[in-house]
Amino acid sequence: MSAAFSFRRMLAMIGKEFVQMRRDRPTFAMMVGIPLLQLVLFGFAINSDPRHLPTAVLDADHGPFGRALVAALEASTYFDVRRAVSSEAEANHLLARGTLQFMVSIPPDFSRQVARGDHPALLVEADATDPAATSGALNTLQELAQTAIDPDLTGALAALKAGPPPFELRIHRRYNEEAVSQYNVVPGLMGVVLTMTMVMMTALSVTRERERGTMENLLVMPLSPLEIMVGKITPYVLVGYLQVAVILAASLWVFHVPMVGNLLLVMLTSVLYIVANLAVGFTFSTLARNQTQALQLTLFYFLPSILLSGFMFPYRGMPDWAQTIGEILPLTHFMRIVRGVMLKGNGWSDIAGEVGMLALILLVVSLIAVRRFRRTLD
Amino acid sequence: MTAPVIAVRGLTKRFGGRTVVDRLSLAVEPGRIMGFLGPNGSGKTTTIRMLCGLLTPDEGEGTCLGLDIRRDAAAIKRQVGYMTQKFSYYEDMSVEENLAFVARVYGLPGARARVAAALERLGLADRRRQLAGELSGGWKQRLALAASVLHEPRLLLLDEPTAGVDPKARREFWEQIHQLADEGITVLVSTHYMDEAERCHQIAYIAYGQLLVEGTVAEVVASAGLATYTASARAPQASVVELARRLQGRPGIDLLAPFGAALHVGGGDAALLEQTLAAVRADPDFAWQRDEPSLEDVFIHLMGRSRDNFQGAGT
Repeated sequence: MSAAFSFRRMLAMIGKEFVQMRRDRPTFAMMVGIPLLQLVLFGFAINSDPRHLPTAVLDADHGPFGRALVAALEASTYFDVRRAVSSEAEANHLLARGTLQFMVSIPPDFSRQVARGDHPALLVEADATDPAATSGALNTLQELAQTAIDPDLTGALAALKAGPPPFELRIHRRYNEEAVSQYNVVPGLMGVVLTMTMVMMTALSVTRERERGTMENLLVMPLSPLEIMVGKITPYVLVGYLQVAVILAASLWVFHVPMVGNLLLVMLTSVLYIVANLAVGFTFSTLARNQTQALQLTLFYFLPSILLSGFMFPYRGMPDWAQTIGEILPLTHFMRIVRGVMLKGNGWSDIAGEVGMLALILLVVSLIAVRRFRRTLD
Repeated sequence: MTAPVIAVRGLTKRFGGRTVVDRLSLAVEPGRIMGFLGPNGSGKTTTIRMLCGLLTPDEGEGTCLGLDIRRDAAAIKRQVGYMTQKFSYYEDMSVEENLAFVARVYGLPGARARVAAALERLGLADRRRQLAGELSGGWKQRLALAASVLHEPRLLLLDEPTAGVDPKARREFWEQIHQLADEGITVLVSTHYMDEAERCHQIAYIAYGQLLVEGTVAEVVASAGLATYTASARAPQASVVELARRLQGRPGIDLLAPFGAALHVGGGDAALLEQTLAAVRADPDFAWQRDEPSLEDVFIHLMGRSRDNFQGAGT
């Protein structure tokens, strides 16, 4: 009679699992790779308190206090005063495109008014689409205002150091005045959902054809690789469009996210983004040998997509290498487009750069997909 | 004489330095059933894939249906029916949906009527709404055959179509193949079943990617020059296994196969075989009888010989 539980039988089972684990190289690589990836991304790339945010100063005063203020801004490490802008319009334009995070307007006569003890107003405009990206900097700004020009308050002006700050700081949070994080998250979610489902669905559906042997049959039929590829992808474009519609409807009517720009622009760029994701999925299907591997590849892709695209954590908080990876991911560009159009009212010319990047990514990925797909036949 | 449907010379295919098909030449006349035999991994599937344009040969040339296998792969695909080794239609689609899909891909006129006719002809009409995945092995083969002849190909390539199918379904399947050949379709079918090989007009045997023999069953058997005997046990204590052990490795013995209480013995050199057997024939426990070698004997003999050649060439 055999015992209900045999240690030897269990060891046999364990041994078998190890042999199989070792054979399945890609799964093994994933088991090592995913934790490593998480370690690198969470440990080095992510920073929820971004510093060195691009700031422009519109200085109509050219006085000593303005210069002192700029020096103080830079000293805080939150602001990088990279450029001087010459007009309000130019600054607005740069803010809308996301080139600038902050704009500081020093009014004419600022220095003289401070000296007179008039407490002039100083306007700081922030691109507050993502409240998290600016909160640290704005908090510092309050403290800064107290002391920024203290070193310059000498002699008769020293009296101004005591009492209320020498000037009034007016902070204008553009695009998301009440700092509602949903306004930022919900439009971004559209890209995230599309990435997950589009990449996964195509990767799986193409790998399934190969795994079940039906691909061979398709290839002896008079179908060209392009016909197979487009035929397989198109149904998912429609599914993706349905997802876009659902999320847009929810963001407008459930979360009341403002729709400042043109809805049509979002709808049009979505097509490009969906197709780009499908091409990525198709490429994965040419790399994966079975559906499990396809799923693992999707996960491997999804992780940096949500972490480095600016969806979860401020893009500007990441080190340069992480930003470079972010630039390669389609989600980063789509996120900027959707947020830009919905919250900032970006028009075609504002988003053209991002659309161009999406198109470039699509082109490169499609070329890889077609090449790899051809090679798998022979 | 009409032009052959398949005429290839020196077909060679390598995968990563390993030669899978080695200078293979083949000719098949129209309306014939050509049996394609050989051990597992001998290059049968690869050859079939080269013939239907799925793979491009590394070397060699030839025509399939009068079309160049290198240049006209696309045109060949339209006129060839290919049934893969593994069932390769959609298990989550119904019988009818599968056939309709094939009809549409080939752009067949009157697709609906054609699908209905195919369903009727193959006795699948009652099952047309059933999912292909729910069909038994024999029915799946029927569906696969129906689908691969839907576009009325002139050449049918079948890669081990009856593996794992019960004898009755196999017989019915072969009746259909003969029916199709009778209608003028040329068939190339790979198989491991000897009874199926004997149903072919012509057979070709390949091992290690090389064509070893080709011809009718009788020609192939004769060309092997194999002499065979059957030793039947006379006494209950006579052990066939023990006899086999005694003969193993002796000069002239190429083939030893126990069949119940009998032992099948054969050799390529009849005189040498006779000489070796003379010693053991004195044993009264066994009755010896000379018989005709079967096709299976010939193949097992060929398989052994080609392995020796291959290993000899390798060193």
